[in-house]
Amino acid sequence: MTDQFLTTLLPQLASGAAHTHALGFRYEGLDGDRVRLRVPYRDDLVGDPETGVLAGGLVTTLLDHVGGLAVWVGLKTYQPIATLDLRVDYMRAAIPGRDLIAEARCYRLTRSIGFVRAWAFEDDPADPVAAAQSAYVISAEGDHRAGANLRARTSAGASA
Amino acid sequence: MTALLDNLPYARFLGLQTQLNGDDLTVVMPFADRLIGNPMLPALHGGSTAALLEMTAVAQVSLTYPRLRLPRPINVTVAYLRSGKPVDVFAQARINKAGRRVAHVVAEAWQEERRQPIATLTAHFLLDGAMDGMETI
Repeated sequence: MTDQFLTTLLPQLASGAAHTHALGFRYEGLDGDRVRLRVPYRDDLVGDPETGVLAGGLVTTLLDHVGGLAVWVGLKTYQPIATLDLRVDYMRAAIPGRDLIAEARCYRLTRSIGFVRAWAFEDDPADPVAAAQSAYVISAEGDHRAGANLRARTSAGASA
Repeated sequence: MTALLDNLPYARFLGLQTQLNGDDLTVVMPFADRLIGNPMLPALHGGSTAALLEMTAVAQVSLTYPRLRLPRPINVTVAYLRSGKPVDVFAQARINKAGRRVAHVVAEAWQEERRQPIATLTAHFLLDGAMDGMETI
């Protein structure tokens, strides 16, 4: 089951949702407990048209997503997770015209939280464009039932 | 000036629209299927909300401190408070401090209820390419 999760489900989780599909994310595989995700360069993903540099928000999305994959690698199975928080340092501009690769590792996993470090680069992880430190909540089954976030909030909650 | 984000490809990809009321800039990310990150809930991808917050901060800094170059992010921290429902998202940013080179900005994103933010951002931006005596603070 674990092998099937890693070979079949993980690549789907990498790029199967509408947003990751629209961004062109591509699963790049595992190296031990590190997982890689690529975003091919595209003109419509640029932040500042004067420089051709990919948008910071795109890099954040890539790092957020690869971090989630790293948590699933750590769990060795699919469980609903949600990003709790994410800090990204932008060390330098991405090189215009080049794909970005992100690599992440879940370096600590508790029953409820996955702690992740991730970085993005063109070729060399030692020369990163950006680095992230993030935490993910591992949901208890039931918190994330389909439509759970769509239920009407109580009037007390709405006025709080 | 409210057309600022229209020139940024990634803002167009996200479908961002800007509304200016006096000095208050509100950026809207209208719901679109391509923003969905979790089809089961369904929920917006947290990255799309983070990108909205960052673009809102960029637009507010550009509006308040015009420079030849766009402010560049040094670092951003995003806290996710609620899952993003498949409806429009709104965001506003506040500049806490802008020095000669660095601005500290906070931003909030919400959906149906302004006082129930779905995410907040804290960020530093590098300002340079100072324009014709516009240097402020």
